[in-house]
Amino acid sequence: MKRRTGRPWRLRLYVAGQTPKSLTALANLKRLCESELAGRYQLEVIDLLEHPHLASQDEILAVPTLVRKLPPPIRKVIGDLSSKERVLVGLGLDTAE
Amino acid sequence: MLTAMPCITGARGAGWMSRHEPRRKRGAGTGPGSRKRSLSKAPTGIAGLDEITHGGLPRNRATLVCGGPGSGKTLLGTQFLAHGALEHDEPGVFLSFEEPPDELAENSLSIGFDLKELSARGKLLLDYVRLDRSQIVESGEYDLDGLFIRLGHAIDTIGAKRVVLDTIEMLFSGLSDAFALRAELHRLFQWLKTKGVTTVVTGERTGASLTRHGLEEYLTDCVILLDQRVAEKQVTRRLRIIKYRGSGHGINEFPLVIDDQGIAVLPITSLRLEYAAPTEHVSSGIAALDEMLGKKGYFRGSSVLVSGTAGSGKSSVAAHFVDAACRRGERSLYFAFEESPNQITRNMRSVGIDLEPWVHQGLLHIHAQRPTAYGLEAHLVAMYRLIDQWQPHVVVTDPVTALMSVGSELEVKMMLARLIDFMKSRQITTLFTSLTDAGGAAERTDIGVSSLMDTWILLANLEANGERNRGIQIVKARGIAQSNQVREFALTDQGVALGGGGVR
Repeated sequence: MKRRTGRPWRLRLYVAGQTPKSLTALANLKRLCESELAGRYQLEVIDLLEHPHLASQDEILAVPTLVRKLPPPIRKVIGDLSSKERVLVGLGLDTAE
Repeated sequence: MLTAMPCITGARGAGWMSRHEPRRKRGAGTGPGSRKRSLSKAPTGIAGLDEITHGGLPRNRATLVCGGPGSGKTLLGTQFLAHGALEHDEPGVFLSFEEPPDELAENSLSIGFDLKELSARGKLLLDYVRLDRSQIVESGEYDLDGLFIRLGHAIDTIGAKRVVLDTIEMLFSGLSDAFALRAELHRLFQWLKTKGVTTVVTGERTGASLTRHGLEEYLTDCVILLDQRVAEKQVTRRLRIIKYRGSGHGINEFPLVIDDQGIAVLPITSLRLEYAAPTEHVSSGIAALDEMLGKKGYFRGSSVLVSGTAGSGKSSVAAHFVDAACRRGERSLYFAFEESPNQITRNMRSVGIDLEPWVHQGLLHIHAQRPTAYGLEAHLVAMYRLIDQWQPHVVVTDPVTALMSVGSELEVKMMLARLIDFMKSRQITTLFTSLTDAGGAAERTDIGVSSLMDTWILLANLEANGERNRGIQIVKARGIAQSNQVREFALTDQGVALGGGGVR
C-alpha cells in the first residue's frame, strides 16, 4: 500500500486569478496530495495575472495547469483536476508498486 | 487584349517598394477604393500586396492567411512584422506554434530579414509555443488564459502594434477538447481587437475548406488565400484576396514570387495610362536614325521595339542607344537574356562601341540572366527590383523574345504591359529587341508586343538586284513624323551606318 518514499515532490499550480476553475483545481489538488503524497510534497500556487512573464517561461497555455517539477521529468496536467484518475496518470502516481 | 488584364485602380504607381522609401501616409482618400471614412490600414511592405489591398491589412483587426504547406504563409507574416518594425515603428510579436525561434530567424535571414537583430533592438518578440501531447494530461475543464496572458505580456513588453499567430490551429493537435478550443479562439480574436494590434493568423488549408478547423468562421475581416501549384515542372504561387470587409481590393488571382528579398505580388504596380507624356527627345545614338525619327530620336519615357532576324544588328542598335545615354551622363540598365556581360561588351567593341568605361563609371549595369533560370513572374520581379535599385534613365531588354520560352505569348504581353507602364511612370526610355524567325513573316511574330510600343524599328534582310542587304525601316513612331524610307543598314567597325537613300 505504501507508495515510493524518498525525494520530496514539488508541484506547481498555475492559475489566472481566483476563478471557479482555479479554486476547484486547488481544492482537488490539496485533497489528492494529502491522500497520496502526505508529508512529502511542496505545493506552490502561481497566479499568472501577478507573474505574467512566467506564462512564457514555464510554457503555460491552458489554466489551470499543474506541473510536476520534481521528480523529473516535468509533467503537466491541465484542467480543474476533477478527474482524480487522470491526475494520477498525469503525475505518474498511477503505477502500483 | 488590355481589358483581359487585372486592372487595379487606386494604387500608387511609383515607389512600389516601400522598404526603400521614406514612410508615406496612406489611407484617407488615396484612391477610388476609399470611401468617405476609409478603413485604416497597416502596410505590409510586400511589393504588390499593398497595391491590391489599397494600402495593407485592416488595422487593429485580424487577417486570416491560409494556404497549403510551402505556400508562403509564415513568410508573409514575417515580412509584415519586419516591415512594421523597420519602417513604421510598429513593434511586433511573433507567436509560433510550429517553428522554434532559431529556425524562424534562420529562414528569415535567407529573405533578407534579421529577426535576431530586430529582437535585440526590442522591435520584435519571438515566442515559441511548444505543444507536446505526450507531456500533457487533461483532467477537467480549462481555458486558454495562459495563452492570453502570455501574448498580452509579450505585446505589452515591447508595445507591439502587430502580431502574427503561426499556426494557431496546432493547438488542436496538442489539446483534445476541440469544442472548448474553438470557443477560446473566438474569444482570443475578439480580445486581440481590444489590444489595438493588427494581427495575421495563418491557417493550413486542407481540401475544400480554407482552414482545418474553420478559423474562417471567426476571422471575417480579411481573408487571403495562398496557393501553390506545379505546372510543366514549374512551381507557381498565387495569391487571392477572398474577403476584405469594408474595403475594395483586387479580386483576381495574382502571381506571387518569393525571392531573396521576400515576397512580391504581381502586378507590383497598377495598370494605368496616366503617366505624363514628355515632349523631350533622346538620341538613338545613331545620327541617321535620329534623322529618320523626325530628326530628334525617341521620346523620353517612350517604349521602342527593335525587331529583326538573328544577326541583323538589333543589339548594336541597343548598344548605340545605351552609349548615347551614358555620354549624356544618364544611367542605363541592360537586361541580357542571351549573352554574358563580357560577351556583350566584346561584341560591341567589334563594331566600335566601347561600353566598358560606362560600366566602370557606374553609368551602365548589365544584368545577364538565362531566361530559363526562373519563371516569368520571377523575372519580372527581378527586373522591377533592379530598376528600383538602379534608378536608370534608359533600360534595354535584349531580347524580349527570350522570355517567350518561359511563358505564353499572352502572359509575356501582360507582363510587358506592366513593365512598360512601370517604366513610363518613371520616365524611363526603354528599348526592347525582338528576335524574329528568319524567312518568316517578320512582322507577324512581333504583333503581340508591338501594340505596347511607341516606336517600332524593323531590321530586315533585303534581297534585290542580286545583292543581300540589311535594311532598316520605322514601322511606327507615335507622335513623330517619321521617315517612310527603307534605308540600307550596315554594321561597320565604327558602329551602325545607314545608307544614303532608300534601298530600292
